[in-house]
Amino acid sequence: MTAPLEHILALALVLFALGAFCALARRNLIMILLGVEIMLNACCVALVGASLKWQAPDGQAFTLILMALGAAEAAVGLALFVHARKRTGTLDAASYSSMKG
Amino acid sequence: MSLTQALFYLLAGVITLSTGMAVTRKQPVHAVVYLVVSFFATAVLFALLGAPLVAVLQIMIPAGAVMVLFLFIIILLGREAPKPRDDSAMRWALPGILAIITVAAGLMLIASPQHQTIPLAMAKASARELGTYLYRHYWPAVEGISVLFFVALAGAMFLVREFKPKPDAQNEEPKP
Repeated sequence: MTAPLEHILALALVLFALGAFCALARRNLIMILLGVEIMLNACCVALVGASLKWQAPDGQAFTLILMALGAAEAAVGLALFVHARKRTGTLDAASYSSMKG
Repeated sequence: MSLTQALFYLLAGVITLSTGMAVTRKQPVHAVVYLVVSFFATAVLFALLGAPLVAVLQIMIPAGAVMVLFLFIIILLGREAPKPRDDSAMRWALPGILAIITVAAGLMLIASPQHQTIPLAMAKASARELGTYLYRHYWPAVEGISVLFFVALAGAMFLVREFKPKPDAQNEEPKP
């Protein structure tokens, strides 16, 4: 016996909210990308829990695809940060203000 | 409460605590190391929920490769000069309130009495089953992921190539 699905979903919800808080509140671009990674991880928890509930491997297959997506996203995002740091000398999201209307 | 049930709540506590520590650290390095702990505990949770292949890949890809990539980029970029910034409580308050409202609403929905909470039975999808299922039913997605990785590689190489200003910007005058 493991926990009921509701508790797994509650854990995923708390993790997702923590990731969203991280992406909203932090100014450092690296911390924003970490928040996105936390949110993807929360989705993985919910999918694996649902996969156990309905005894179908689809959720686990989606989790594998989601991991690949997260890895590609992190690679491109970090390359973008290296580019941005070379061009502007900072990683502070608040200092990219040249598009301010 | 059986042992596996107790393990779930223990792991949930570890994951929530380490993620909470990660999102509140000032230094990105500390946040990344706390997140490695969180992802590792998530991998153990996946193994508990009957997904051993996903658990192994969770250790290898997010907790291993992606977090090490984060660490390398943080080391590569080094620290920048600290700037004066407003450390007012308001900057943290609004996202915090939004997150807390969302969590409270979701927890109330989950805890509403029309759901009966039945503990799930233990089950296990072996790596062979999952791999066969993935390649039989989701092979277009696997092909799409391979294309995505190729495009991501090309994009990353394009972004980090050496940045220099255009060599012949001034003698490229529009010809009449």
